[in-house]
Amino acid sequence: MPSFGAQKGATSESSSVFHLWQGFSIGAVVIGGFVVILFCYAILRFRRKGDNIPRQAQYHLPAEVAYTVIPILVVFGLFAATLVVENKEVANPKTDVTVNVNAFQWGWKFTYPGTHTSVVGQTTQTPTMVIPVNTNVHINLTSTDVIHGFYVKEFNFSRYALPGVLNQFTIEAVKTGTFFGQCTQLCGLYHSLMYFNVKVVTMPEYTAWLAKTSNAAASSAASTATNQQTNTGVPTKPAKSQGGN
Amino acid sequence: MRVEAKILLSLGAFFGVMCAVYWNWSLENAGGVMMFAGMLLCFLPGSYYYWWSRRMKARPEDDPNSTQSEGAGVVGSFPSTSIFPFMLGMAAFLVVLALVFGIWFLVPGLALAVWAFLGATAEGRRGGHV
Amino acid sequence: MTDVIDPPIELASDGHDEHHDVHHGPTGILKWMTTTDHKIIGLSYTVTSVIMLVIGGLFAEIIRAQLATPNGHLVSLAQYNELFTMHGSVMIYLFAGPFAFGGLANVIVPIQIGAPDMAFPRLNALSYWLYLTGAITMLLGFFTSGGAANFGWVAYAPLSNSLNTPGAGADLWIGGLLLTGFSAIFTGVNLTATIFYLRAPGMTMFRMPIFTWNMLVTAILILLAFPVLTAGLIMLYCDRHFGTHIFSTAGGGVPVLWQHIFWFWGHPEVYILALPFFGMATEIIAVFSKKPVFGYKSMVFATLSIGALSLGVWAHHMFTTGVVLLPFFSIMSLLIAVPTGIKIFNWIGTMWRGELWFSTAMLMALGFLFTFLIGGLTGVYLASPPLDFFTHDTYFVVAHFHSIVMALVLAGMGGLYYWGPKITGYMLNEKLGKAQFWLLFIGTQVFTLPQYILGLDGMPRRVALYIHNPQWKMLNDWSTFGAVLVGISTIIFVINVGYSWKKYPAGDNPWDAQTLEWFTTSPPPHHNFYRLPQIRSERPTWDYNHPEHKSLAHGAGTGVLHEPPLAATVVAVLEHGQEEDGPIAGATE
Repeated sequence: MPSFGAQKGATSESSSVFHLWQGFSIGAVVIGGFVVILFCYAILRFRRKGDNIPRQAQYHLPAEVAYTVIPILVVFGLFAATLVVENKEVANPKTDVTVNVNAFQWGWKFTYPGTHTSVVGQTTQTPTMVIPVNTNVHINLTSTDVIHGFYVKEFNFSRYALPGVLNQFTIEAVKTGTFFGQCTQLCGLYHSLMYFNVKVVTMPEYTAWLAKTSNAAASSAASTATNQQTNTGVPTKPAKSQGGN
Repeated sequence: MRVEAKILLSLGAFFGVMCAVYWNWSLENAGGVMMFAGMLLCFLPGSYYYWWSRRMKARPEDDPNSTQSEGAGVVGSFPSTSIFPFMLGMAAFLVVLALVFGIWFLVPGLALAVWAFLGATAEGRRGGHV
Repeated sequence: MTDVIDPPIELASDGHDEHHDVHHGPTGILKWMTTTDHKIIGLSYTVTSVIMLVIGGLFAEIIRAQLATPNGHLVSLAQYNELFTMHGSVMIYLFAGPFAFGGLANVIVPIQIGAPDMAFPRLNALSYWLYLTGAITMLLGFFTSGGAANFGWVAYAPLSNSLNTPGAGADLWIGGLLLTGFSAIFTGVNLTATIFYLRAPGMTMFRMPIFTWNMLVTAILILLAFPVLTAGLIMLYCDRHFGTHIFSTAGGGVPVLWQHIFWFWGHPEVYILALPFFGMATEIIAVFSKKPVFGYKSMVFATLSIGALSLGVWAHHMFTTGVVLLPFFSIMSLLIAVPTGIKIFNWIGTMWRGELWFSTAMLMALGFLFTFLIGGLTGVYLASPPLDFFTHDTYFVVAHFHSIVMALVLAGMGGLYYWGPKITGYMLNEKLGKAQFWLLFIGTQVFTLPQYILGLDGMPRRVALYIHNPQWKMLNDWSTFGAVLVGISTIIFVINVGYSWKKYPAGDNPWDAQTLEWFTTSPPPHHNFYRLPQIRSERPTWDYNHPEHKSLAHGAGTGVLHEPPLAATVVAVLEHGQEEDGPIAGATE
């Protein structure tokens, strides 16, 4: 079956969404194609040939009933399919890993509760969230200032990071790899550059990474600065001003 | 007037049902309040028209068999020139600029608005120029 | 021989019965400033809104030029945010709405129902001045030190508060919208009152033209929705300047509340924009198929359904917030596709077995139908939350609504070509019109279709750069090329207006059209009609000109004229020429 532009993605939820997309697309092609055929036929077949006035038909009850009832049935079908996938996406099954995602102007901070691990970066520093494959990962998403959008194309999913609200969802990645993410909700001057990565690794790799970064963070916990996995040469946060670059 | 009344009352009833379903299901107040207000907005003129439609005889525009001569006579008052809409528009402009550039804009704005209101009322009373 | 044509209706008791068109009022600019004539006000609205279209279009061309390369430096990041904010704001608040309900509706609705003017002429004039000053206020932002508003045309909190967006540009945006909001509300009042109270005898509600029906539902939606926006804007202003915390968490406020309030207005707003253009397309398609509107009653009920449902779908713009009731808004949004689909089938039914004449107006209406089909179908995807989750805030949504609004622009251009002769008395050049159509139609598809692909490939909206995905350059370039074609089509339109200036006099009814406005002269006289025909269906002019092809009546009443029509020699039955003297000519009885 053609993909109609979307892709299967890297999580178990994303492939359900993909199949829903394909289903909707088939409906769109069938109905849209039917209408386009009627339209093109009408344009070609009923071009004016002379000066006569055609029969002034004003209604046709069977046709009108058909194109009222059939779309209603189609709509209920689409809604039923939607509910199935939606319930799967908003469900909160038992989770093994939790990550707190904090969006801010203009970067991302990933913390792993119960450990000292924290990953933060802003704009093109592109912080990376590491999660294990084939595991239910529970994300706690919030923002410390304005509304941001957490979006990863391969998850077929996005969710707002709202100040004062904790948005929770679960993802189960089924493929390893590094996936690019971006902020999708306008959040000010550097909205275009608010990048992050999600790196899906095997469980042993994840555990090892977590232990290493957590220990490193714990060992410097006495110092005033928290140890953050950022690139060196962190620029100062851009001033929140309008106008100019 | 019956069709007009029915349109508004049906819309109001629809909003009422939608509001009841939504408010109970979502427990979200902003949308519930707004839909409720929308329902009231439709019921207000709708019930007025409905009440009147049952007491008035058909107007020429409600009578499918009426002729144009039935509509002869004064239809309404249509003043053809007036400076007051322009004046009131400029007054509103100044009042809004007061929100942005300083409260002192309210002085000419409100003065012009009062002048426009008084002038338009007087103009309306004396019939205006048609 | 009984007289079908009735004596002229008296309009006022000031003794000016025979000389309505001889006015000794003000002239020149003072006449414009003091006019209350709905035709002049409507024309002012139309010209001003087309100027806004050009301004908004210029912003779009700059945006597309910036996106021509992954790391463009045409404008700064701050300027880019101002550009897309003002592009959306100008197009939606200052072009599309005013053009539809302030421009063409103002001119056409009273004439379509046989009224001498709008119910409240001075209020009508006030609406125009509020619109003009509101537009100036919003655009003044560009001249402030902080620049114009830059938080998107939707101004989400907390981005739009005084901490994140200080500066006068945002306040001017709010102020401009307060003015244009009241302008719209007053127009809504005027349209409703006019339609309810000033119809000509025999013009029952179910004999009104579909355009007027659409304007009635639009007017009711304006009254339901715009006060909500006004209230929200006042709350936002208070948050910004009076220390309230309605939308900020600091004081216990809720940022998402702004979205609820904004979109409760925002979704009816897009139907307020769409319904008038649907009405224009309906009129044009019927006339240029030489057939009545197919399924008149189902059209009316579909329009009412769209209006009713539109108040219950607002949170489909908020699916990704995670705090709205997904199934409710999903089913309501899916359902609203049904009456829209009914309209599309009725349009095709109108064309079916007709005699299609592809004038510029008809081409524009057909272009509207096709483009709207694409936009409407992609909207169905967005009504499903799982599908919305990954397309929201990407170029897929941008493409969806640009398909829709470009369809509306096509219909609007059709309206100008169709009704231009009635309003001005002169036709527009058809060859230039067709050139404009092809560029506009092809340009629209070329600029929107790549954006669907970009969105599905992950390109977010409101971004000035795409440095991480340079492979998106080619599709962006295609989209830019399409936008340039659209821009050229607009230039051709302006050239056409200049070239055709007072060149091709139109008669009363150059299109052999059907509704009441085509019975009067082009342009109509003061208070619109010298005489009115008998009204027995939704096509009084057609019934008068083609008594042998009469329409069925709707509702109670007979479908046939009470009296036999005047002798055929009197009526200049025309097919597609100009009617030299009008149907009054030679009417001796």
